[in-house]
Amino acid sequence: MEYYLSIFIRSIFIENMALSMFLGMCTFLAVSKKVQAAFGLGVAVVVVLTITVPVNNIIYNYLLADGALAWAGLPDLDLSFLGLLSYIGVIAALVQILEMFLDKYVPALYSALGVFLPLITVNCAILGASLQMVERELNLAESAVFGAGAGVGWALAIVALAGIREKMKYSDVPDGLQGLGITFITVGLMSLGFMSFGGIDI
Amino acid sequence: MALRKYLDSIEHNFQEGGRFQSWYALYEAVDTIFYSPNHVTRSTAHVRDGVDLKRIMITVWMATFPAMFYGMYNLGFQANDILAVSGGGIDGWRGTMIEAFGGYDASNVWHCLWFGALFFLPIYATTFIVGGFWEVLFAMKRGHEVNEGFFVTSILFALTCPPDLPLWQAALGISFGVVIGKEVFGGTGKNFLNPALTGRAFLYFAYPAQLSGDAVWTAVDGYTGATALSVVASQGMEGLQATFSWTQAFIGAVPGSIGETSTLAIFIGGAVLLATRIASWRIVGGVFLGMVLLSSLFNLIGSDSNPAFSMPWYWHLVTGGFAFGMIFMATDPVSAAMTNGGKWAYGILIGVMAVLIRVVNPAFPEGIMLAILFANLFAPLFDHFVVQANIKRRLARV
Repeated sequence: MEYYLSIFIRSIFIENMALSMFLGMCTFLAVSKKVQAAFGLGVAVVVVLTITVPVNNIIYNYLLADGALAWAGLPDLDLSFLGLLSYIGVIAALVQILEMFLDKYVPALYSALGVFLPLITVNCAILGASLQMVERELNLAESAVFGAGAGVGWALAIVALAGIREKMKYSDVPDGLQGLGITFITVGLMSLGFMSFGGIDI
Repeated sequence: MALRKYLDSIEHNFQEGGRFQSWYALYEAVDTIFYSPNHVTRSTAHVRDGVDLKRIMITVWMATFPAMFYGMYNLGFQANDILAVSGGGIDGWRGTMIEAFGGYDASNVWHCLWFGALFFLPIYATTFIVGGFWEVLFAMKRGHEVNEGFFVTSILFALTCPPDLPLWQAALGISFGVVIGKEVFGGTGKNFLNPALTGRAFLYFAYPAQLSGDAVWTAVDGYTGATALSVVASQGMEGLQATFSWTQAFIGAVPGSIGETSTLAIFIGGAVLLATRIASWRIVGGVFLGMVLLSSLFNLIGSDSNPAFSMPWYWHLVTGGFAFGMIFMATDPVSAAMTNGGKWAYGILIGVMAVLIRVVNPAFPEGIMLAILFANLFAPLFDHFVVQANIKRRLARV
């Protein structure tokens, strides 16, 4: 239990997807104008990550890894070069389902997220989590916890950024920096704040 | 009244079309230091109060004086104490000045104060001039007022520096803090991080050799003296109590950043800020509460491998920069939460994070600086939730 908790905490704070690995930046910067929308997107990312990382883990361990097809009588086959392709496929399928679900049951959030919902498919945070899962050789349970933690960390970061950007409506930013420019600076300063976790080893 | 007349007589030069039009911000700054501005709010709803931002900032600035003077004294005291054993003196222009006007006697208050002033004042002057330069430059170019916020930013920044910080680093740090931390967002009141801490944190990560470790806390070259927090991290509470007594740490006769060693002097300034309600008692209370809760929890859990777990709350309070951060940095009204509920949450988050970093994170012995920056990130969010909850409650009442 303690072990899973430490994976969870670690992926939220210490190895935060957005603020210490700078993954998923495009959506992070684009959908962080309103706390409400950012929160919705955060929840969507948590859902997608919590499902895709363990699913990709199963695919990797039973189909793609070196010797994984031994159960089918092919112990010498190494399909890991198909990794990227399969992970993206899983993610795309899942996002499609999520999109249909939101369209039907939460139309307000569906329209608020707009084009960024299908774009979750190519959100680097989500593909990144699957790739890191492979790299760290996590098992099924670990990868589920890791996926959820990475999602929560990303969601936390985008909601905090949206809070700051709502406050920054009252700022008086120089012309050349308005819009994305100041947001980049803001994110940089945020990751300075997240440095407080750098070096914790649990 | 001659001054008023003189200021009025030159005012036309600074107004639109005047010869020194672009210098208006500077004229306005000088004018409002001496006199209250004569323009009034024109819209219907406003609060009338004799205290404006200028007076608030000057009060905060003066509230740091006890910590500043004690810090200078302590800087000299620590150094003279070591020099008395090792012999010798300080080289360069500082040595000349010490021999001309003071000496190396650790029991002589003037000698210590003078010694400290020779180290602190150059850092402060650099910070003040460079910080002020950026403030005035942006005010002139962007047409906002020169704000006394930089008085506070520069003194707070200077007080958190180690004694023999190279001056170019002080200049770089305050430049980053003022420009990136504040001015790109439009100046005072529009930033979301504390500018002094932003600059300090930037320096900390950019030049760790001059801002951390054991060799930088006393103004004597080549001498290593550990701060209370690094003693705890390496030797535990027994080691700490063998090195410093609690009273010694409370009064501040320990090595550390210039202004943050004396909890007593900081509390004297803090009492002024709390009495005048410039610092929010909710934030200070929240920081204190969060620190007491988490450090007591760590005491209960205990740990075999990490001696810092057993550090009680009254030691956390007097060591490192905790008191300084709690009184002066966390209560910065711009970067803190604005709502009452938000202030409590913000304060508690700082207290918890500060203890968490000190105890759990082996990379940083001190955590209050990063804890405040971290809480700054979430302050707007706390406000958002408090406001949403208020709206919800009121809607339910309709």
